[in-house]
Amino acid sequence: MKGPRDKRMTIDEVVATLEDGMTIGIGGWGPRRKPMALVRALYRSDLKDLTLVSWGGADVGLLTRAGKVRKLVYAFVSLDSVPLEPNFQRARQNGTIPEVVELDEGMFNTGLQAAAQRLPFLPLRAGLGSDVLVHNPWIRTVTSPYDEGHGLEELVAVPALRLDVALVHMNRADAHGNATYLGPDPYFDDLFCMAADRAYVSCEQVVDTAGLTYETPVQRLLLNRMMVSGVVETPHGAHFTTCTPDYERDEAFQRAYAAAAGGSDEDWQAFHDRFLAGDEAAYQAAVEAFRAEKQAEKEARA
Amino acid sequence: MSTPTDTVTRADVCAAAIADAFKDDGEIFASPMGMLPMLGVRLARLTSNPDLVISDGESLFLAGTPPLFARADKVEGWIPFRRVFDVVAYGKRHVMMGATQIDRLGNQNISAIGDFDRPTRQLLGSRGAPGNTVNNRTSYWVHKHSPRVFVEAVDVVSGVGPTRAAEAGPAAARFNDIHRIVSDLAVLDVNGPGRTLRLLSVHPGVSVDQVLEASGCAIHVEGSHDDVPETRTPTTEELLVIREVLDPRGLRFKEVPVPKEDTK
Repeated sequence: MKGPRDKRMTIDEVVATLEDGMTIGIGGWGPRRKPMALVRALYRSDLKDLTLVSWGGADVGLLTRAGKVRKLVYAFVSLDSVPLEPNFQRARQNGTIPEVVELDEGMFNTGLQAAAQRLPFLPLRAGLGSDVLVHNPWIRTVTSPYDEGHGLEELVAVPALRLDVALVHMNRADAHGNATYLGPDPYFDDLFCMAADRAYVSCEQVVDTAGLTYETPVQRLLLNRMMVSGVVETPHGAHFTTCTPDYERDEAFQRAYAAAAGGSDEDWQAFHDRFLAGDEAAYQAAVEAFRAEKQAEKEARA
Repeated sequence: MSTPTDTVTRADVCAAAIADAFKDDGEIFASPMGMLPMLGVRLARLTSNPDLVISDGESLFLAGTPPLFARADKVEGWIPFRRVFDVVAYGKRHVMMGATQIDRLGNQNISAIGDFDRPTRQLLGSRGAPGNTVNNRTSYWVHKHSPRVFVEAVDVVSGVGPTRAAEAGPAAARFNDIHRIVSDLAVLDVNGPGRTLRLLSVHPGVSVDQVLEASGCAIHVEGSHDDVPETRTPTTEELLVIREVLDPRGLRFKEVPVPKEDTK
């Protein structure tokens, strides 16, 4: 009797499959359900010259700060409660990202859809008339062969955003790569996986397959194992972004991150030394200590 | 409690002006970005346009009309980010976005200040502005009207104005509908000569000259300055809804502070 294969891996094993120059898509949305444990591993890896495709949050901030990014494909980069991502701002203003492709959000979504459907492009209205097409002259338009009474419309031929690897974070997964989101929004994690040659899913908890639908509607099964190459259990692996309902955004920590990122080189070095220099376990322990420190400060004030 | 009309604040006027931008929209998805737009949209829903569809800004369509930043009470639908793009293309949507820059031709910038290749100030990125402006009705909210916001030409065209849309062809122009620009000083549209910025009204206590001085580009004024109407003040019902229902904590004053001359 055989069953589907066990795809469980460690964070380091995932990073070991990656190569310089790869195009990596990162799931989630801004400061929401980002595969931060995997992003942190990229941050401290030797990888370089990456192309990142992301609904940008601190993932983009960390990896641009670490000089990992040769090309960035984005529609926005934001931490929401901190609207402008300081590391991304710094990188753009210092000119340290060699190539940027700023798209409209709808174009970004459509580019992922085209890649997921193995199409070279999909037509879209979004982008027409805007500087997205001026700054990206390689993005072409296409003339509709059909006249619906408005002439032959010239639309944007949104190029497929094909990925070598997708990294996403889910609430629960089984060892085979089936996975559920338990929060309010699937974001685009299924599309990222289908747009990629290989997809790695980190999750809060690996459960057995039957456990995925125990008291959870089947519609929450966003990822099927055929889209997934590897599964990593990383509790609090989306920290400091949201992973509703397991945890919400760590606003105090995000403030500390943003202050360090927007501060002096020494400020960033201190943040790096305290939180990012070690492995994921060291990070989580440092976050625990940070939390205890904040709690003690709060009690001292009370 | 004193008579509400005695103490109408600038923020209240802005909220009513924003509500007016949505009053004739019928049953569409109203997407406000920022605090005053959220207040104005919810005000419209409780007064002039109860058919408006509103969300929590995250993933839920709200059946009720909760106060600013209150938790959703009753839900009537699901609108995760991916489905927002479907509604944008479907067209039954009116978004009110912010604008770091807006120019005479009604183009908007939320991407970057300076040269795009090496910006002096990197902003959010163009977000959904290019798609919004060629798909569904789009308005802008400017919480601090200044020459740095209203410029001759934006550094990056994120939101597409009517001239740029026309130049890009019928597919871009077909659904381009830049409806209103509401600032803390005035209400404008893009129906000046050659589809340029036009002053529709100035808020009570603001002169036309004040608006023109606070703008870094020409703004069309129809007739003489005296012909420009004053933005209407909110009705007693609207003031009650703003103060007692939607924003009892006065969060709106963080975005539009009470000017000294308005405090009594």
